[in-house]
Amino acid sequence: MAEMIAGPRGPKPRRAFSTPNIVLYGTLIVVAAYYALPLYVMIVTSLKTMPEIRLGNVFSPPVEITFEPWVKAWSSACTGINCDGLSRGFWNSVWILIPSVILSIAISSVNGYALANWKYRGSEFFFAVLMIGAFIPYQVMLYPIVLVLKNIGDFLSIFSLAMGMGKVQVYGTLSGLVIVHTIFGMPILTLLFRNYFSALPEELFKAARVDGAGFWGIFFKIMLPMALPIFVVAMILQVTGIWNDFLFGVIYTKPEIYPMTVQLNNIVNSVQGVKEYNVNMAATLLTGLVPLTIYFISGKLFVRGIAAGAVKG
Amino acid sequence: MADAGMTKPLTDRRAAVRPVRAWRNMNAKVASIPMVATVLVIFIGCSLWTVLYSFTDSKLLPRERFVGLEQYERLWGTDRWLVSIGNLAVFGVLSMVFSLVIGFTLAAMLDRKIRFENAFRTIFLYPFALSFIVTGLVWQWILNPTYGVQKVVRDLGWTSFSFDPLYTDSIVIYGILIAALWQGTGLVMCLMLAGIRGIDEDIWKASRVEGISVWKTYIVIIIPMIRPVIVTAVVIIAAGIVKVYDLVVAQTSGGPGNASQMPALYVMDKMFKDQNLAQGFAASTMMLVTVAIVLIPWAYLEFGGKRRG
Repeated sequence: MAEMIAGPRGPKPRRAFSTPNIVLYGTLIVVAAYYALPLYVMIVTSLKTMPEIRLGNVFSPPVEITFEPWVKAWSSACTGINCDGLSRGFWNSVWILIPSVILSIAISSVNGYALANWKYRGSEFFFAVLMIGAFIPYQVMLYPIVLVLKNIGDFLSIFSLAMGMGKVQVYGTLSGLVIVHTIFGMPILTLLFRNYFSALPEELFKAARVDGAGFWGIFFKIMLPMALPIFVVAMILQVTGIWNDFLFGVIYTKPEIYPMTVQLNNIVNSVQGVKEYNVNMAATLLTGLVPLTIYFISGKLFVRGIAAGAVKG
Repeated sequence: MADAGMTKPLTDRRAAVRPVRAWRNMNAKVASIPMVATVLVIFIGCSLWTVLYSFTDSKLLPRERFVGLEQYERLWGTDRWLVSIGNLAVFGVLSMVFSLVIGFTLAAMLDRKIRFENAFRTIFLYPFALSFIVTGLVWQWILNPTYGVQKVVRDLGWTSFSFDPLYTDSIVIYGILIAALWQGTGLVMCLMLAGIRGIDEDIWKASRVEGISVWKTYIVIIIPMIRPVIVTAVVIIAAGIVKVYDLVVAQTSGGPGNASQMPALYVMDKMFKDQNLAQGFAASTMMLVTVAIVLIPWAYLEFGGKRRG
């Protein structure tokens, strides 16, 4: 006992190969191997030929490496409707992603800024309901949103027809899906921006007010330049979230503009033809590549994004 | 007389202030229109609409012929729904327990001032960046009876080994659980780690002085101290469990038979495949009720006592 109390300060120096250390690192390495395994399986399977897959098991490394499955998955795998591969889904996802990310971040950042710096009567109430809304299962709102989108389309058609243009479709088109992504991204993004702007020193805001800057002036000249890191976090969150979406893609788009995840599922779980596991895994890996790249590049920012997302409510 | 003279200018001033107040801060109100619309039309409006129409007999299109609780009676008399609820209960309890235990254990291990902490954390968390579709499809392949885990173990010499969750009714839910845990435990670990790191270092000194072993300190002292983080994790996991959909679609499509059905799949099929809208509305209302049962006690605990700005 006396030794412990009179002992030196600072962390206790530990021998590298003490028993607790071996157990600790041993466990961590085994668990890490388990977590890494599916990625490994995807990679090796996608590089094997079908005869080789039939001979070995999912974990055996490829004897002769082939990129044929990748080419096929990208350009000629069949979904049951057409056979032009995942490339179609990839570009659909890109076209869904760009407007959805821009619109959702634009709306939510301004909204978060208003909630943080320009509180008005009822603003806290709406914010609270927005946060609660994030927990409502999507299935509860899916069908009425179809009706809302149809109504928006009909409403806009009044003007477009009056101007001699065709009928406007919102449900089943890209624009409808963008609206849906904007709606369901709003709770988390608003929270992210509101918390960030609230944490900025208030003197900054007051000084700008004294100088006569208004709502938009302060936002564009002061808040926006200071909030760049949080914009990056929001982008990471939205790009991975929207890229990984399946549910909204299935419900609110048509087969020609299905996002990549939906097309991937149709390719792999299609019941026609012989199962080509190597092509399936190449397709799976291709779909996972975008979020994985973002994850490995962004590192800490990704963690910050999900941590902010986690404390919502 | 004096009183009347006093009140008159007061009311006048109020009347003069009121219109100004509505216009004040106009830009902020305009900026909030999307939020207000989302809250009123989508979160409140659409949810109430679904609850209301769950009392009708809508089939292909919604219609206002109210039939009371008939849809709910039918729902709770449907085998597939009962299987879904049973699956959700098993999957929910197990994934809650395992997520918390694994997440906390990993966080505690990473907290031991280890080398390569970043590398380990990156590996534990990367599945969370992947979609449920990708997760489901990878695990469908790993658990493939002909080429996957079962074959590997049989090749090692244990020829009677049998582990085929995706094609065996009784254990299919565990196949999905394995995939779900692989995808989601990294997030729980991250939350827990942030919580543990937020604790004062002095606690460790004190526990060392008292001669309490490391693992006992984690269980007896640290866990109670990170209670708010654990509660947050529980709510997030629970909300995710009720929504589970894509994973099952990709991994088993609810099969074999109905063995891995989940409430969300039931809702989707009734609404968009079977043209039985009201049945889907009733089922989704039950999902909403489930979330409310989890959420209301939590909100009460979190916001009931104190007010946050």
